[in-house]
Amino acid sequence: MSVFTTIVSQLINGLQTGSVYALIALGYSMVYGIILLLNFAHGDIIMVGAYTAWLFMVNFSQSPIIAVLAAIVASTVLGVVIEKVAYTPLRQAPRLSLLITAIGISFLLENLAQLIFGAGAKPMPKIVNVPSISLGSVSVSGTALVTLVVSVVSMLLLNLLIKRSKMGKAMRAVSEDTGAAQLMGININRTISFTFAVGSALAGIGSVLYSAAYPQASPTMGGMLGLKAFVAAVLGGIGSVPGAVIGGFCIGIAEAGASAVGLSVWKDAVVFIILIIVLIVKPTGLLGRNLQEKV
Amino acid sequence: MKDKMRKMPTWLSYLINAAFLFLILFGGMQIINSGRLSTYYIRVIILCGINIILALSLNLATGFLGQLPLGHAGFMALGAYSSAIFMRFACNVKMLPPTLMFPVGIVLGGVFAAFIGFLIGIPALRLKGDYLAIITLGFGEIIRVVLLNIDDVLGFKLTYGAASLKNIPKTTNFFNTFLLVGITYYVIHTYIKSRHGRATLAIRDNEIAAESCGINTTYYKTLGFTMSAFFAGIAGALYAGYLGVINPSGFGFMKSIEILVTVVLGGMGSMVGSIISATVLTAVPEMLRAFSQYRMIVYSLLLVVVMIFKPSGLMGNYEFSLTKILNKSGSKKKNKKGGGKNG
Repeated sequence: MSVFTTIVSQLINGLQTGSVYALIALGYSMVYGIILLLNFAHGDIIMVGAYTAWLFMVNFSQSPIIAVLAAIVASTVLGVVIEKVAYTPLRQAPRLSLLITAIGISFLLENLAQLIFGAGAKPMPKIVNVPSISLGSVSVSGTALVTLVVSVVSMLLLNLLIKRSKMGKAMRAVSEDTGAAQLMGININRTISFTFAVGSALAGIGSVLYSAAYPQASPTMGGMLGLKAFVAAVLGGIGSVPGAVIGGFCIGIAEAGASAVGLSVWKDAVVFIILIIVLIVKPTGLLGRNLQEKV
Repeated sequence: MKDKMRKMPTWLSYLINAAFLFLILFGGMQIINSGRLSTYYIRVIILCGINIILALSLNLATGFLGQLPLGHAGFMALGAYSSAIFMRFACNVKMLPPTLMFPVGIVLGGVFAAFIGFLIGIPALRLKGDYLAIITLGFGEIIRVVLLNIDDVLGFKLTYGAASLKNIPKTTNFFNTFLLVGITYYVIHTYIKSRHGRATLAIRDNEIAAESCGINTTYYKTLGFTMSAFFAGIAGALYAGYLGVINPSGFGFMKSIEILVTVVLGGMGSMVGSIISATVLTAVPEMLRAFSQYRMIVYSLLLVVVMIFKPSGLMGNYEFSLTKILNKSGSKKKNKKGGGKNG
C-alpha cells in the first residue's frame, strides 16, 4: 500500500508544479502563436510577480490577497510595457533580432532585480492558509489544493475568453493570419498588447502559486522556471492552448517522477531530454498545427 | 585580412599578413618577457585572446551560418574538461614531454567538442530559428548537469563535479593563446572565402533558395556548427590551462549569453567586429571593477538598444583587410590585430 501512497503523493506533487508550468506555458504559447516570438522575458515576469508579492507582504505588510492582486497587476503591466518598448519597434525586423532582444530584456530584468533586491533569495511569508486534507492514506497539502483549483479556474476562464469574447476572436484571427486580420479591420497592435497582458497576468498567477509552493523569491528564479514552461509549451504544441496545459502537467509529473526514483539532481536534464526527443520526433508537439514553410 | 586582390598575388598578401602576425606575436612576447607589464595586464590580455576565439567561433555559427545556438558555453566546457583531464593525466604519468602535452591537450579539447557538436548538430540543425536556439540551450544545460553529476554515476573521480577540477597544468601563455587566435582567424576567414563559405553564406541569406540551387544545406550547416564547436572547445582548453581550476557553473547559460552579446555587438558576420568587441568587453569591465554590479545591466541594455537601433551591430559585416589598404596606399602600416592584442 505504501508504494501506492508514494505514487499518488508524487502524482499530486507533479500536478501541483505541473499546473504552475501550464499557467506559464500558456503565456509562451499565446505570444508565440500571435507574433512567432519566443518570449524569453516571460520567465522573468514571474520573478517580478514574486518580488511584488513579497514586497507587499513584508514591506507594506498587506494581506496576502492584496499582495496577490498586486503581483498580477505588476506582471500584466510589465508584460505590456516590454511589448511596447522592446518588441513593437522590431515587428518588421528579422526573427533573430527579436529573439536576441527578448534575451536582452530577460537579462535586464534579472540583473535589475539583483541590483535592487540583492543576489540572495528572499523568504516568502505564507500565502495560502488552507489546512491539508487527507484522502485515505494520502494527505494533500492546502497549497497543492489551492494551486490546482486556481489554475484550473484560470484555464477555464482563459478558454472562455478565447472562445467567446470578441477580443478572443481577434486573437485567434491574428494568430491565424496577421495580414488578413488587419484587412478585416482588427486592430493588430491592440490585439497583440492584449495577448501579452493576458499571458503576463497568467504568469503573475503562476508566480504567486509557485512562491506558495517554494516560499522564496530570487532574481534567477524565472530562468529555469521559464525554460521548463517553454519546454511544456513545445511538448504540447506551441501556439495551442490545450496543448500548453497538457504539456505543463506532463513536465510536472515527469519531474516528480524523476525525483521519486532518486534522480533529483538530474531533474533539469530530464526536462531537456524530453524537449530534445519531442523536437526530433514531432517538432510540432502533441497538439500543434503543422506549418508549411512558403517561399 | 587575406582578401583576394587585383594588384598583389595571393601568396604575397598571405606572406605579408603572416609576417605581421608573427611581428605582433614576437613583439608581444618581448614586451611581456621584459617584465614591463604587470601580471594583471597579462591576465587581461590572455582573457581577451580566449574571448576573441570564443566570439569568432560563435560568429561562424551566428553571423555566417545564420543560426542562433545558445549552448556555446557547453562546447567550451567540453573542451575545457577534456583537455584538463588529459593534461592532469599526462602530467601524473609523465607519458608526454611537456612541450607536446599542450598541443595534444588543445587539439583533444577541440576535437572532443567538435565530435559532440557534430552529434548534437545532426538532430538540432533540422530545426530552425527559435527551436534551434532552445534545443542548443537544452544541450548546453545537459552538458553542464552531466559535468556536475557524472562522478556519482561513474563511481570514480573524473570531473569532481561542484568541487571544481583543480591542479590543471598551467600551460596557457600569451604566445600560444595568440597563435591560436591567429590560426582561428585564418581558418574561419579562408573557410568563408572558399566555395564552402559561399554556400554557408547562401544558407544564411535564404535557406530555401540555397537548397533549390543545389546546396546541401544539412551538410554545410553541420560542418559550420561542428567547426564552431571545435573552436569553442579550443577556447575552453585554453581557458582551463590558463586558470588551472574549472567548475561546471562557469559554463552555464550566462556564459553563452555573454559570448552572444560579444558577437551581436561587434556585428554578426564581421570577424573584426568580433575581435574588437571581445577585446572591449573583456578589458573595459576589468578597468571598471568598481561598477561591476552594473556590468550585466549594461550588457543587457546594450543588447536591446543595439537590436532596436542598429541590428547589424557596430561593424555591420565590415571586414578589415590589410591587403586592401596596402593596395590603396602602398605604405600604410596599420593592423587591427595589434589593437586586438594590446587593448
